[in-house]
Amino acid sequence: MTDTINLPNSLRSQPDSSGHFGAFGGRYVAETLMPLILELDKVYRTAKADPAFDAEFAELLRSYVGRPNPLYYAGRLTEMLRDKAAAGKGAKIYLKREELNHTGAHKINNCIGQALLARRMGKKKVIAETGAGQHGVATATVAALFGMECKIFMGAKDVERQRPNVFRMKLLGAEVIPVTSGSQTLKDAMNDALRHWVSNVHDTFYIIGTAAGPHPYPELVRDFQSIIGKETRAQMMEAEGRLPDMLIAPVGGGSNAIGMFHPFLDDPEVAMIGVEAAGEGLDKKHAASLAGGASGILHGNRTYLLQDEDGQITEAHSISAGLDYPGIGPEHSWLHEIGRVRYLPVTDDEALASFQTLAKLEGIIPALESAHAIAAAEQIAPTMDADKIIVVNLSGRGDKDIFTVADALGVEM
Amino acid sequence: MNRDRLSSRFAACKAQGRAALITFMTAGDPDIAATPAILDALVAGGADIIELGMPFTDPMADGPAIELANLRSLGSGTKTKHIFALAADFRARHPDVPLILMGYANPMLVRGADWFADQCRIAGVDGVICVDVPPEEDAEIGPALRAAGVHLVRLATPTTDATRLPAVLDGASGFLYHVAVAGITGKQQAAQASIEIAVRKLKAATDLPIAVGFGVRSPEQAAAIGRVADGVVVGSAIVDIVGSHGDAAAPFVQDFVAALSGALTTQAQETAA
Ligand SMILES: Cc1ncc(COP(=O)(O)O)c(C=O)c1O
Repeated sequence: MTDTINLPNSLRSQPDSSGHFGAFGGRYVAETLMPLILELDKVYRTAKADPAFDAEFAELLRSYVGRPNPLYYAGRLTEMLRDKAAAGKGAKIYLKREELNHTGAHKINNCIGQALLARRMGKKKVIAETGAGQHGVATATVAALFGMECKIFMGAKDVERQRPNVFRMKLLGAEVIPVTSGSQTLKDAMNDALRHWVSNVHDTFYIIGTAAGPHPYPELVRDFQSIIGKETRAQMMEAEGRLPDMLIAPVGGGSNAIGMFHPFLDDPEVAMIGVEAAGEGLDKKHAASLAGGASGILHGNRTYLLQDEDGQITEAHSISAGLDYPGIGPEHSWLHEIGRVRYLPVTDDEALASFQTLAKLEGIIPALESAHAIAAAEQIAPTMDADKIIVVNLSGRGDKDIFTVADALGVEM
Repeated sequence: MNRDRLSSRFAACKAQGRAALITFMTAGDPDIAATPAILDALVAGGADIIELGMPFTDPMADGPAIELANLRSLGSGTKTKHIFALAADFRARHPDVPLILMGYANPMLVRGADWFADQCRIAGVDGVICVDVPPEEDAEIGPALRAAGVHLVRLATPTTDATRLPAVLDGASGFLYHVAVAGITGKQQAAQASIEIAVRKLKAATDLPIAVGFGVRSPEQAAAIGRVADGVVVGSAIVDIVGSHGDAAAPFVQDFVAALSGALTTQAQETAA
């Protein structure tokens, strides 16, 4: 899978064999799931070392997902920001076009990889949690592709705000199960997916949608998503003959961001910004677990969480369903603590503004998740010299969000 | 001595030729004020060992009954400090009845494992079951509890095979909790035959008492399991009663527990005869 040699002191050699990224990660699951998780680890190690697995993965990414997707120079966005910047300022902005993948987001990269693992393990049923519905659609898609039975757990609130994706999943043959417990969003969908899994371990594979959960999920999701960073690296060398100065990606659980960042972690000249959803603001309802949370244990891993002093999980809020989660993948918690990646909060309103800006200036309607990263780029690019280069991960397209955005803007559709 | 309460209770039950009755309720369900009366009803009905659930916002291993109990408790304002106060008061009222805290890692570890273990010791808690800490993640909570003289009760499940069992037993104490179904707490029931096979295997591997739980709802089932196991755990069925009767639940809980206890005793007498 990975073709890199891990140098001593490499930031790319995490996690350790027990799944820890520094103080984070691990395998905090019920005993019933432990044997399965250990088996998954074994199967994954074998697959990772098997060129045939890598070849099949690469071929599906090429012929089915449509990779490589382009690295696009966003000229009009760059110029607009330069106009507002001081003389000589305004970094060049490139977009990594994950939104052009089949199913419209980066999620499919991971789903192809995990479906291949499910097949290796002889599982014919897959389940997944979904927030925005992008991971649900991607899972339903690979289930159709591999002829597997598929159940998608989705918070009832998200079923409401992501209706187009709910219908897509059904068209693809999946059963969508609305989850009415708790905050009725992504975290509760994950609870119910875990409950279903623990009750059906013998024949069911859980396709986790982000770089979180018990080991080895954070690692394998990262590895499958690392295609984003690997392509970016090669494409940037071709376009500019050098590495970018900064990478910016939105962070829900953190899969698109870690996929973009990981191949660059050992290049100190490349700065990295993960963008957390600040919702209505960090002093109000938000989903920024690094900026506003503390270390804790949820959904199989130790990581930063939104929680109260008793360790009860507090509700997250973001206009973007895909970022509306009170935790973050453990590798991000570690990268935050060692200072390798900087994490910035962006509010609902800022994301909404950038959603429209990108549509008008570049003819690209971004996912609300991705619009958070665009907003961060709009804030940072004007402070950098004009010869600097930023790559923003455009993790998904915004078709799914048009109802939410219309609603937020008070537009009748 | 904390350690003695659990083992003396299992020994006493064994001397009577019956399995120990282990009953579960969620602390603070429906609220903190109503909890002592329900705990007393469990004891009055004949429970040998009490499992007190620490509520958590995200009880991933629980079915709807206990999940709702968790939410009722948190909704009525239950805090961790109230749970330790409940435990300490229980210990004062019932000096000999073993008390186990059962719950999830995050509320237990949020102030550090040593803090939690210390609070358990001070409140007279005999053991802890942490649902989402498998042996692989023992390093934090395990040593802290052992140092405080509090039992760490481990879970063995239908997926725990022979190669894995030694890891589960390593560091387990108090008793071994056999989770009878691969699943969540609630209504799903295991076949008696599979329980018997599992308990036999576990007994061959450890001298710890074996308690069986998950899906045990009726006196008949409890009696059948009591024939082979050292303890029988009943949870959701009691929590359902609290769910329907709220702060008036104590007498109903007591009646139900008395029926469970009666069935275990009758079964023991029949076996002896
Ligand atoms: C387009 C898009 N971007 C980002 C995310 C956030 O997830 P992650 O942080 O795992 O990339 C989602 C999640 O649904 C998404 O759909």
